[in-house]
Amino acid sequence: MSVTEIPWRQDAAASDKGEEHEQPIHEIESYAKQVRRKFLKHKLAVWGLVTTLLLLGIGILAPWIAPYNPNEVTDVFAARPSLMHWLGTDQVGRDVLSRLIYGTRVSLIIGFVTVALYVTFGTLIGMLAGYYGRWLDMLLMRITDIFLSFPYMLVVLVIVSILGANISTIMIVLALFKWPTIAMLVRGSVLSIKEMDYVRASMTLGYSTPRILFRHILPNALSPIIVNATFGVASTILSEAGLSFLGMGVKSPQASLGNMLHDAQSLTVLTDQHWLWLPAGLVILITVLAFNFVGDGLRDALDARP
Amino acid sequence: MGHYIVRRIMIAIPVFFGITLLSFLIMNMAPGNPVDMLINPNIPKEMLELKKERLGLNDPLFVQYVKWLGGFLKGDLGYSFSSFAPVSQLIGERIGPTLLLASSSLLVGILIAVPVGVISAIHQNSKLDYIMTGLSFLGTSIPPFFLGLGLIYMMGIELKWLPTGGMKTLGGTGGISDIILHMILPVTVLGVTIAGKKVRYVRASMLDVLQQEYLRTARAKGLSEFIVTNKHALRNALIPIITVVGAEIPLLLGGSIIIEQVFQWPGIGQLTMEAILSRDYPTLMGLNLVAACIVLSTNLITDILYAAVDPRISYN
Repeated sequence: MSVTEIPWRQDAAASDKGEEHEQPIHEIESYAKQVRRKFLKHKLAVWGLVTTLLLLGIGILAPWIAPYNPNEVTDVFAARPSLMHWLGTDQVGRDVLSRLIYGTRVSLIIGFVTVALYVTFGTLIGMLAGYYGRWLDMLLMRITDIFLSFPYMLVVLVIVSILGANISTIMIVLALFKWPTIAMLVRGSVLSIKEMDYVRASMTLGYSTPRILFRHILPNALSPIIVNATFGVASTILSEAGLSFLGMGVKSPQASLGNMLHDAQSLTVLTDQHWLWLPAGLVILITVLAFNFVGDGLRDALDARP
Repeated sequence: MGHYIVRRIMIAIPVFFGITLLSFLIMNMAPGNPVDMLINPNIPKEMLELKKERLGLNDPLFVQYVKWLGGFLKGDLGYSFSSFAPVSQLIGERIGPTLLLASSSLLVGILIAVPVGVISAIHQNSKLDYIMTGLSFLGTSIPPFFLGLGLIYMMGIELKWLPTGGMKTLGGTGGISDIILHMILPVTVLGVTIAGKKVRYVRASMLDVLQQEYLRTARAKGLSEFIVTNKHALRNALIPIITVVGAEIPLLLGGSIIIEQVFQWPGIGQLTMEAILSRDYPTLMGLNLVAACIVLSTNLITDILYAAVDPRISYN
């Protein structure tokens, strides 16, 4: 394959040995190049990445590309798709395409912020448990067991219904019951990494614990965290959509992909007004699928098994 | 082995108390208390205070927790704010349909995932493998409520083949066949979601086993390829699946809320939504706590079962 031969040939030319096909390619290739090559080989992952970037673009540019104000009531309600309203209008008369664009933005924000919150917290807890071991490990792992015992959707639903549904509460509660998975993952990586010679060497050299943890251990534990975080964005978007679908997530008038489907529970919408539920459902499906494929591609490319 | 089981149970005990404590703290975030909720507003304040004092609502939080825990251990989960029935009774009435739905879905999910995962692994990197892996991703990525609405629309409304909601036909005799007919759509949705996730595990586990030396030995003995894959490889590949099935229980209990809402299934998922809409906090807390205890005990059973099935597992 030409992709794999190019770096080899360049190297052969540079070293000017005149001997061909002796060094295996993976010795010449840098780690970053290797990851990129493996990722690009995974066609579905590439599709996922392109779609993800597209969705991010839509989310960021929402105020400029949405044809209407998503909360503004236009002159027609429950109108079929037309040139004026490409995806029609909802029962209140708001433009569905604009709501879809803003809904994507809300879903992506919730997905990324929630994952950032719980990955940071879970990584810290996992590093502490794995590095210090003993009673601290025992205590922290029992706490993760406690949090993991609650069925995710149920406990999130219950707490959100008590505290009231607004975006920041939703993100915090979604993160609150998700960090244990990352903590357990990081703990496992740290347990094996801390036995490595380079970590022992830095301990012998008397480096401070934070320096060892963040400069020597964390970078080597990063691959599974990245993969898990990517899958996490997908599952968080799905959870938020589920909450909003049940009417306990993002509240109307603010648009979210889930609450657009909430209204489809009526029979008339389901049978006669497809534009009110099909596009929203498909956008959720495509978004989640794209992030999952990127996660799968990263898992192969980074050779990580979370 | 006996030592391992004892150790595993010892670990579960503090987790159990942690679950009750966390449930209690969540309940305490809820506004209002049973006295304010239950009693008619015309009763003078002094009487209410007296009642609160007698019920121990003015006690320090820790004392309240210990009293409440004592009640819970005796099976007392308090009374519903909306129907005034004991919460344990409400849950008892509704848990049957949920268990029926969840266990059937788990079974269907595994029955789909195992053959698909095995075929994928045997034909690794073939077109068939890519298609099946792609489909399994579709299964995990499709929002269950969207798939549910789609199926209701197609099978229930357009084709009129299947009932779209409930557990029995209204006014019907409600025989087993009627219930099964009502189960097809919700079980399909939950089963597909479960299968999507499991296919990857089965495939990975099977790929792992296919490289083992003992399979080469089996082939060298002259056994047919069919027996090698289906007997020697599959049996060993299915061992890790036990833990994965155990891990599915919390997802099933959580996921059933959405499914029961979409299909009007009269289980604890619907009870949860009813309780949320009527701000019935005692019921919510009871549901939350019971679900967590179910998860805790299934995890315990899974771990013990895993150790029993796979003698290679280390007991430390």
